[in-house]
Amino acid sequence: MPLLVSDLPTSNICNVNIAVCVKQVPDSWAEKKMVAGVLDRESAEAVLNDLDEYAVEEALRIVEAHGGNGDAGPHKITVISMGPSRATDAARKALSMGADSAIVVTDGALAGSDAIATSRVLAKVITDGNFDLVICGTESTDARMSVVPAMIAQRLNWASLTFAGSLVVAPDTGDISITRVTESGVDLIKAKLPAVVSVIEKINEPRYPSFKGIMAAKKKVMDVRDLASLSLDANTVGIVGAWSVVEDAVARPARSAGIKVVDEGNAGNALVEFLVEKKLI
Amino acid sequence: MSEVVILAQFVDGKIAKASLELIAFGARAGSVTALVLAEVGAGPALAGQLNVGSVSEVLVLESADFAKHGVAAAAEAIASVVSEKKPAALLISSSAFGKEVAGCVAVSTDSGIITDAVDFSAELRATQLVFGGSTTVHSRITHGCSIITLRPNSIAPDMAPATPQISIKQMSVGDLAKLALTVSTQPPVTGGRPDLTEAQYIVSGGRGTNGDFGPVEALADALGAAVGASRAATDAGWYPHSLQVGQTGKTVSPQLYVACGISGAIQHRAGMQTSKTIVAINKDPDAPIFELADFGVVGDLFAVLPQVTDGVRARKS
Ligand SMILES: Cc1cc2nc3c(=O)[nH]c(=O)nc-3n(C[C@H](O)[C@H](O)[C@H](O)COP(=O)(O)OP(=O)(O)OC[C@H]3O[C@@H](n4cnc5c(N)ncnc54)[C@H](O)[C@@H]3O)c2cc1C
Repeated sequence: MPLLVSDLPTSNICNVNIAVCVKQVPDSWAEKKMVAGVLDRESAEAVLNDLDEYAVEEALRIVEAHGGNGDAGPHKITVISMGPSRATDAARKALSMGADSAIVVTDGALAGSDAIATSRVLAKVITDGNFDLVICGTESTDARMSVVPAMIAQRLNWASLTFAGSLVVAPDTGDISITRVTESGVDLIKAKLPAVVSVIEKINEPRYPSFKGIMAAKKKVMDVRDLASLSLDANTVGIVGAWSVVEDAVARPARSAGIKVVDEGNAGNALVEFLVEKKLI
Repeated sequence: MSEVVILAQFVDGKIAKASLELIAFGARAGSVTALVLAEVGAGPALAGQLNVGSVSEVLVLESADFAKHGVAAAAEAIASVVSEKKPAALLISSSAFGKEVAGCVAVSTDSGIITDAVDFSAELRATQLVFGGSTTVHSRITHGCSIITLRPNSIAPDMAPATPQISIKQMSVGDLAKLALTVSTQPPVTGGRPDLTEAQYIVSGGRGTNGDFGPVEALADALGAAVGASRAATDAGWYPHSLQVGQTGKTVSPQLYVACGISGAIQHRAGMQTSKTIVAINKDPDAPIFELADFGVVGDLFAVLPQVTDGVRARKS
């Protein structure tokens, strides 16, 4: 196992095999509700997690900068998704953007999986494949934990380069670097492939699938797997395998609109009075 | 009595307020051990600041690896402490770094994890506000150490003096924690204002500022507030991404949030909806931000803000 980036041998990965993890989430505009302590994913319209589109786009940009994928060049992009059976819709959207094939893990036992279990399943799929690079969105719009990419890296013992605002990959040397953008500042981070990257939404502007892309996606391979085919124990995932339990979930009273004044030259002063009344100043 | 380990973090060598909050939470459930990850030689000065609240032990691990190998090095060090001490809970502040560290420690110690909690009880129960603050969830960890990240601004720190036992050890992390190397670090730009996630008061500007944050900053400074921004404003390059509030920016929960020229898109609300008092200034009477505002002004921010700033200054002097 390599020690430091500077000590690393040149890994000659000329063809990069990229896995992009995407998630089908309830539309962020739709109302969400909990049923028996679990997010009811059926009631809301499902879409591809916004942030994962940036991950797909970034994978496409990397391969396009180095010869392309599919018929165009040597690189490969595989979409990986775990979720209910209609997670294939999210994967299909990623395929229509230009990814080559998809692996969708779906199994009744997966319902209610926490981040620990999700990272377990995704890491297993990645181990079974022959990937050099994993790209994820920083977080899903429904769970908002931002921990799955780091957990996957931890499980794989791969370099973790998360919260990337920019990403550079050199397929011939296996060098990879990102700028990590968080509240702690901006860090320049370097490593060697294999690596797990998560991208923030500043990194690019995702393309819309073209008509040609949508048609082509219908013919691309969608490999649907269950837990047995991954040799994963159903007791380590889903609600049974979750290491946290929701004891109760209570709707909070909706925030009601308060005072609204139209400025006719004095609204600023009225606002100051309001702040005084609230003991805020 | 059970033990709770909290990760004590420092900003410019000073203990973070969010870490003091963790001490107050930890004390509810057991005796508190503050864990400090320090640069070599920095330990004593940092440990000396933990003589407050109910800290009974300060454990400092010093290593040059922490600055070079970020999350992975921190996670390995913390995991070794968790494996050795088997504390009932590990509390870390919710931030990109804190949550990732917590996640990696959870994986390597076979523990459950809950992130972004706003409360923590003696029974190790965590309270989270989900779906943009519309639902309160209580949950508990059922396996291993209860690893919980808590949002800043969730409890008043206990500043009573304490005399913890301090130990300082040198360490280095293993090769697997060194796969990624931090080559350089640029601290966030705050313009001398309070940290966004810890601030009691926040004044935010959006597209309506048209790039001129002057009036927003003036009110912020009069209030002693942090300045935030909508994504439209950070995308335009008017304000740094590190100060973006919302789904893909910071989640904040201040006493007062003033939204200026911000429409109130769902992605923005997701980051500020749990603020105690919300004020909106927007010239569009139908802007969705008014649905959450305790006080809304329909008007031009360039006319309204200076009047508010003058009024606040007058009250404070
Ligand atoms: C994946 C994803 C993630 C996102 N994450 C975030 C996020 O983290 N944070 C975020 O904020 N957004 C986020 N967004 C973007 C969000 O959808 C909105 O586009 C954004 O919040 C709009 O910013 P705004 O309110 O400043 O601009 P606009 O929606 O354009 O609103 C500007 C407002 O200013 C008012 N105005 C104009 N001039 C004046 C004036 N002189 N005085 C008073 N009022 C005036 C207008 O009436 C209008 O209401 C995200 C979007 C996506 C797709």
